[in-house]
Amino acid sequence: MLLFFVRMSFRNAFRHRLRAALTTLGIVVAILAFGLLRTVVDAWYAGVDAASDARLVTRNAVSLVFSLPLAYKDRIRQVEGVQTVAWTNWFGGVYIDESNFFPQFAVDVPTYFSLYPEFVFEPNQYHDFLRDKRGAAVGRKLADRFGWKVGDVIPLRGTIYPGNYPFVIRAIFEGRQRNTDTNIFYFHWGLLNDRLEQLAPGRSNRVGAFVLGIDDPANAGPVSVAIDREFKNSLAETLTETEKAFQLGFVAMLQTVVDAIKLVSYVVILIIMAVVANTMAMSARERTAEYATMKALGFTPGVIRTLIALESMLLVTVGASMAILLTGPVVAAFAKPVSAFFPVFNISVETRLLQLGGAVAIAFMSALLPAWQAGRTKIVDGLRKLV
Amino acid sequence: MKIPFRYIVRNLAVRKLTTLFTAAGMGMVVFVFAAVLMMSNGLKQTLVQTGSKDNVVLIRASSQTEVQSGVSRDQASIVEANPLIAVGRDGHPQVSKEAVVLITLPKRSSGIAANVVTRGIQPVGLALRPQVQLIEGRLFRPDSNEVMVGKAIADKFTGAGLGESLRFGGREWRIVGIFDAGKTAFSSEIWGDRDQMMQAFRRTMFSAVIAKLADSDHFDQFKAAVENNRQLTLEAKRETRFYADQSEQIALFINVLGIAISIIFSVGAMIGAAITMYSSVANRIGEIGTLRALGFQRSSVLAAFMLESMALALLGGVMGLALASTLQFLSLSTTNFQTFSELAFTFELSPAITIQSLLFALIMGLIGGFLPAIRAARMKIVDALREA
Repeated sequence: MLLFFVRMSFRNAFRHRLRAALTTLGIVVAILAFGLLRTVVDAWYAGVDAASDARLVTRNAVSLVFSLPLAYKDRIRQVEGVQTVAWTNWFGGVYIDESNFFPQFAVDVPTYFSLYPEFVFEPNQYHDFLRDKRGAAVGRKLADRFGWKVGDVIPLRGTIYPGNYPFVIRAIFEGRQRNTDTNIFYFHWGLLNDRLEQLAPGRSNRVGAFVLGIDDPANAGPVSVAIDREFKNSLAETLTETEKAFQLGFVAMLQTVVDAIKLVSYVVILIIMAVVANTMAMSARERTAEYATMKALGFTPGVIRTLIALESMLLVTVGASMAILLTGPVVAAFAKPVSAFFPVFNISVETRLLQLGGAVAIAFMSALLPAWQAGRTKIVDGLRKLV
Repeated sequence: MKIPFRYIVRNLAVRKLTTLFTAAGMGMVVFVFAAVLMMSNGLKQTLVQTGSKDNVVLIRASSQTEVQSGVSRDQASIVEANPLIAVGRDGHPQVSKEAVVLITLPKRSSGIAANVVTRGIQPVGLALRPQVQLIEGRLFRPDSNEVMVGKAIADKFTGAGLGESLRFGGREWRIVGIFDAGKTAFSSEIWGDRDQMMQAFRRTMFSAVIAKLADSDHFDQFKAAVENNRQLTLEAKRETRFYADQSEQIALFINVLGIAISIIFSVGAMIGAAITMYSSVANRIGEIGTLRALGFQRSSVLAAFMLESMALALLGGVMGLALASTLQFLSLSTTNFQTFSELAFTFELSPAITIQSLLFALIMGLIGGFLPAIRAARMKIVDALREA
């Protein structure tokens, strides 16, 4: 009996070859688009996912644009629970022209990289970088993007810090995990500070943000509060939060756009539901006479409904499996052109599951209406059409 | 000899549910397409309308935004002496030396902090921006800790209402007024006294200098005078250009993303249209035979089915556009990642977007209906009539 069902549905589903092909193609496009959009949203949160709860970021409470005095580092270090204090400045320079955007940070090298085990260096390259004050360390992704090699000289034009800054690439680091962002450029904070001492002494010895290593991630809350209390009512009040919360703040900036993409990715599923339901409604309408014949032969409405439901499920299964198989290569193809915006662009397990869920929803919804209609067909009405 | 248009429209009316489903699918695509264009148009409108053509913005060369720029008092004085600058009624040159800083404020809706532009000005700064209108309360008193906030800020941020106080720069600032600058970036700013702000933030430099030209056409001369002066490390831009440049990246980003999404979707919608039209052809084989037997040309049959598909798409397009036009009542705000600050904007529908969206719908109908129409036109009269 079961075999009969499957064979019957299969035959019916592909009776109209062209229509079946078009419907399948529609499902492929929808589920593929859905997977792609979800991946874009995930890429947005990649920085947050990769951020750690064991690191804290201390910045000026007014806003990120304001700096903090370097002298704060000693007072922060004395706070109970703080183990390592590193500091960093956003450099915001331009490489050749604005369209080549990538993040650049001036960091206190020894402390900073001790906090970031996810950046993997070759020991001798790291050593060269540490020793050379004009040296820079770049991530693998960034190096590949511009075809840079160790020893290349990279000129950056300062925007926040006026002037031309030539750097020598001393190290190219890899990411430990798939979601480690290696589209970054690091150089010595000391070099930037020396330049400022000469040109704009008022701006020297200032830090954009402190990055702190703490002994126990569970203490993040109390430690943050203790640090901010330390600088309350001073000239530069601080705001300390976990690195995750800090990164989330950046995502929240474009929340509107992210929400729009999320919404649209569900709309696409709806559109395709309409298309598939439409196809099923048509084929059911065309075959009213057949259903009536089957009923006259004694098949129950339940059987007929099951047949139609199976038919749409077959179409969806074929389309969905193709789409899920195709998502990998398509995402891989997109990864390169968007790497400037989204340095981490991978398909998550969750996306795969949601694609499956979407497929089930499409199958269910598109089977519902025609199955119900066919089940209701009166034998007399149906047979009348046979004339 | 053409097949009458009424026949085409009636065919769509026969199968109401199918027509509606297909049109709805296309309508959704057009909705997304139009919404994206309206969003980037709204952003552009906001930033383009912010500036006036007579005003020139001077910031430190290569600093890109006011927040990152610094202009020393000496440099500002040199600029002020330029004879091309308009002179006000009080006999002083129309030059506003301003301090611009970013502060973080929590949003009312989410409690999440966003960066807000805070601008320290002197009375001349108001004179240079006639589009700024006070709508509630009063102007801030010079040399005091009073501020006035733009309408978008008062609406969207916690503690930014009239009579409330904001705390930044180690002081309390009382909000004594709310101003409306229409759909411009100024509506997303906080304005207060320049010197008080510079003290609070311990700034010794201005952020930007805004100068009004006596004659707008002399901009190139003025620009050359500023940028060729060895004592100045400044760049000059028309205020309109300056704000347009600031929206460039985010508008491009939204456009690229949105158009890519629309195109992917349109494939789905076109398939929907093709399926509908194929079954429409299949259902009417007898009719097609009759039409041909009556002497209508193959080309007329082709045209009739193409038109039917396009009418279907147009219906979808109108539906999608109608839905999209309701978005105009919404106000969005996002962070402009070029300036790193909050910017409120609206969806702006324009005649161009209306035409583009409907064209987009028609193209979908054209592509979706092409194959089924060919099939209808290629039928042999005898076979078609046998089917009937």
